Amino acid sequence: MIQSPIQSAITIAVIAVTILATRALPFLLFPADKETPRLIVYLGRVLPSAIIGRLIVYCLKGVSLLSGSHGLPEAIAILCVAVVHHWKHNLVLSIGGGTVLYMFLVQRIFV
Amino acid sequence: MKTKAFRAAFPYTVPVFMGYLFLGIAFGVLLASKGYHAIWAAAMSLTCYAGSGQFVGVNLLAAPFAPLQAVLIELMVNCRHLFYGLSLLEPFRCTGRLKPYMVFSLTDETYSLQCGVTPPEGVDEGWFRFFISILDHSYWIFGSVVGALAGTLIPFDSTGIDFAMTALFTVIFVEQWESRNRHLPALTGLAVTAGCLMLFGSENFIPFALFGIAAILLASRKRLEVYA
Repeated sequence: MIQSPIQSAITIAVIAVTILATRALPFLLFPADKETPRLIVYLGRVLPSAIIGRLIVYCLKGVSLLSGSHGLPEAIAILCVAVVHHWKHNLVLSIGGGTVLYMFLVQRIFV
Repeated sequence: MKTKAFRAAFPYTVPVFMGYLFLGIAFGVLLASKGYHAIWAAAMSLTCYAGSGQFVGVNLLAAPFAPLQAVLIELMVNCRHLFYGLSLLEPFRCTGRLKPYMVFSLTDETYSLQCGVTPPEGVDEGWFRFFISILDHSYWIFGSVVGALAGTLIPFDSTGIDFAMTALFTVIFVEQWESRNRHLPALTGLAVTAGCLMLFGSENFIPFALFGIAAILLASRKRLEVYA
């Protein structure tokens, strides 16, 4: 430990409060007892699809298309998850199966 | 009422359990490697509760004491949260006095579940949403403590298990896709983020991607609002 226990505790408290502030700000700006501006209602409706698309890409930020396995295990596994989920709508099958497939691909096939 | 809500909520959180267990372990191992006992991992996961925020937090703890710098860095890492609340202003109204906790516990994974779920018939929505959030949180704390105590002792090759998170987002993406007749927002999210990742690199692309997405969605408002 470089920081003393008290310094560490302060650092953690500062991090916790900062993160909480980023999460709470929209709820403080647009309180439940007041009518939310229409623009914000619109953004609230269209943002989830976009943000979840963003999160998928975010998960893949460490994948290199030009070297290694060229993102093939990721592409195969994601495609399988999407197709299986569209077909069966079974969370455990899609996610559990997809993860096992991906682990198999990166541990055994694309080593 | 609560038992029923708990039973309905639990299955949705299973994928997050898989992801958080291993992400949490990775965090615990990292924090322990800087000389921090497992109790610190538990305290951080209890109070901060943010994947990337806590990984960055380990670096802040492993450097000389600089609280102001910690604020600035954490603001940059977590600015995406400003967009999350906007979609949940309405759904969280039903959570009453549990709402402060719902806001506090809004991680990427919990956000995507909360946007994607509707409680089954006859289940109290407030408690249903609360159990999703608190179950996710408990998995994260559990994983980080396991990692800090025994992370190096894991007996099998877990390479690639973090794909559970990618799979979870893919599943929710598919469900959102099926439930909407306009796909521009979903495609914008994928394309703009991929574009920003290539342009700005994996260290810096997030704020650009967020503002790019917001700009395109705002510009498409006339076209999309009828369908939204």
